[in-house]
Amino acid sequence: MNAILAQLLNGLDKGGAYALIALGLTLVFGTLGVVNFAHGALFMLGAFCAVAFRQLITLETVTLDPEKLSPWGAPLEIRTPLAQSWFGDFGGVLIEYSVPLSILLAIPVMAIIGIAMERGIIKHFYKRSHAEQILVTFGLAIVLQELVKAIFGANPISQPMPSVLRGAADVGMWLGMGPNVLTYPWWRLTYFLFATAIIGGVFAFLRFTTFGLVVRAGMADRETVGLLGINIARRFTIMFGLAAVVAGLAGVMYTPLVPPNYHLGMDFLVLSFVVVVVGGMGSLPGAVAAGFLLGILQSFASMTEIKSILPGIDQIIVYLTAVIVLLVRPRGLFGRRGVMES
Amino acid sequence: MNATAKTLFSMSRRDLITLVIFALVVLAMPIWLSPLGAAYPGLMQKFAIYAIFALGFNILFGLTGYLSFGHAAFLGVGSYTAVWSFKLLSMDVIPAIIFAVILSGIFAVAIGYLSLRRTGIYFSILTLAFAQMSYNLAYSVLTPITNGETSLQLSLRDPRVLDLAFGPREPGLPSASLFGHTFSGLEAFYFCAVVLLLAFFIAQKIFSSPFGMMLRAIKSNQTRMNYAGFNTRSYAMTAFVISGMYAGLAGALLAITDPLAGAERMQWTASGEVVLMTILGGVGTLIGPVIGAWLIKYFENIFSAFNDTALTHFFGFVPDGLREVVVAISSKFVGEGWQLTLGLLFVLVVMFLPGGIMEGVRRIRGLFGSGRTPQTGAVSRPQAAE
Repeated sequence: MNAILAQLLNGLDKGGAYALIALGLTLVFGTLGVVNFAHGALFMLGAFCAVAFRQLITLETVTLDPEKLSPWGAPLEIRTPLAQSWFGDFGGVLIEYSVPLSILLAIPVMAIIGIAMERGIIKHFYKRSHAEQILVTFGLAIVLQELVKAIFGANPISQPMPSVLRGAADVGMWLGMGPNVLTYPWWRLTYFLFATAIIGGVFAFLRFTTFGLVVRAGMADRETVGLLGINIARRFTIMFGLAAVVAGLAGVMYTPLVPPNYHLGMDFLVLSFVVVVVGGMGSLPGAVAAGFLLGILQSFASMTEIKSILPGIDQIIVYLTAVIVLLVRPRGLFGRRGVMES
Repeated sequence: MNATAKTLFSMSRRDLITLVIFALVVLAMPIWLSPLGAAYPGLMQKFAIYAIFALGFNILFGLTGYLSFGHAAFLGVGSYTAVWSFKLLSMDVIPAIIFAVILSGIFAVAIGYLSLRRTGIYFSILTLAFAQMSYNLAYSVLTPITNGETSLQLSLRDPRVLDLAFGPREPGLPSASLFGHTFSGLEAFYFCAVVLLLAFFIAQKIFSSPFGMMLRAIKSNQTRMNYAGFNTRSYAMTAFVISGMYAGLAGALLAITDPLAGAERMQWTASGEVVLMTILGGVGTLIGPVIGAWLIKYFENIFSAFNDTALTHFFGFVPDGLREVVVAISSKFVGEGWQLTLGLLFVLVVMFLPGGIMEGVRRIRGLFGSGRTPQTGAVSRPQAAE
């Protein structure tokens, strides 16, 4: 029982990441009808926003202390981060919380990148075939990841999480099971809550604002909304920006879990496409549900008990699920009739 | 019998001319590649092998429009089979190739049977899922067969039943041979080149056959084909299997030139590469994917070897102060960053030249048009490959 609960918890944070990426993919597909293979690259760019932010605030001044010598006989170097010398203790706090704070950098950056991408390239592909959309966004993904590689290098750059969240939460205690029976790292818990909050935010935005109402109407029947004199194209562009921000934030918060490198996006892209297809192309709740479902399935499959019965199942469970779902229920779990069936 | 043979080998005048010119271009590779600095055997073998891979992929994607994102799985299967044939049976290349093609064909039947139930993006995702499954399994549980991360390779203790039945075990690791004759580098290239020509000939026959016409019809309107009473799936299935066998053949040739098979050959980036080749060259044309494959492999090997010194030398004509700037900027696009160039090139091609290089050639010929219908140019081919 405890083992099952533990695996359930373990699946939540990865599931959260899948769900966030799949949500963005589905938003783009549902509004613009574009299959965006560059979405994983947006996740990766978000992660590198965190890297860039940290590099920025940990810029140091090096002064030489002529009086003291280091153990090697050279003059002692005193390194002071600029942030600390300018803001004092507050600067230290800035550095400590660099990952959550990079959200503030990531939101505008990702929105600009997303909107630029849509206006610059993807705009020209609405009328073209899905195969061509896949191809151009695939090329774009290569360009983005190579740019990141050129700037930040090819090695993963690990990002420390705030020390407050470094330990593990004793979830078992909360459920009345006694101490240290069931623990769960704080940061993973934070990630799960963060993902839930973002997902809730996006759904609330679509459900309760006028803007969201118009967007939903546009998703249902773009032409009619256009005929009513609403500039639906501009709203869809903003939705693309929003999807980019969601992917970016998912990337920012994921950095303490996996040190980001330039092909992080590609690794997640394949999985998140599988998630979208399992959830049903164009269905937002489907994307979220399938994200968590596959995350949890994956963590169950990596249990030793299950691996001893079916060796290698942990490596293929996600793909296997996708194959079964596509063959048995082609529209995915929540897919609507008539989406991507022509 | 004679009549069948006649229809098998008869081809239209234009196809024949294309084949002859193609054969000349391929066989003369050591000559026309040497001014480009690419005339060493290892690279030319790759040119021939990846041309086969792209040719096969194009039979599926170019003709039927089914975009497979998992074709590298068949390449990997071909490589593994060939190396196993070397290890167990003999260093002769013929059984290795035959087994590789058969086994990758069987794989293609299994994967195609399931994947072809869906079309469009669902097909792409299904093939991608199968390829990733093969890749992950090859890395983990299938290690006894694939040797996991260390790659499958020859060892001194291999049984090699057939070889050892005819002669004593020689010291050192053997290399691939044809009827007892061990390949040198250039000979291995010519072997690959001859296989490429055969593959090209078969592709030509498929393109001009009624079967090829069926495949094109699937691409243009599958629903109408179904209403007209054709069972389109069996045609698509045949195309899928043929193209999987081409990939297996390419994989076997890779193992012949270097008897080593690793799982990374099956990774989805490798599948993406063949898509890039095909699109860059011109999807649906016979010669386009070959040019695309050559171009990308050329980029990969030559461009990635460029460094700052070479660039400074290259931009020698630029005035001094400016030269550093030019070198600094362009160094981002060569060497380690050659994939950036590739990505940009690819985006531009998809945006402005969906037909790839072949369409570019056609447009240029249209500009200098002599009034006649522009054909897929034969004369301009080697130039395009540069």
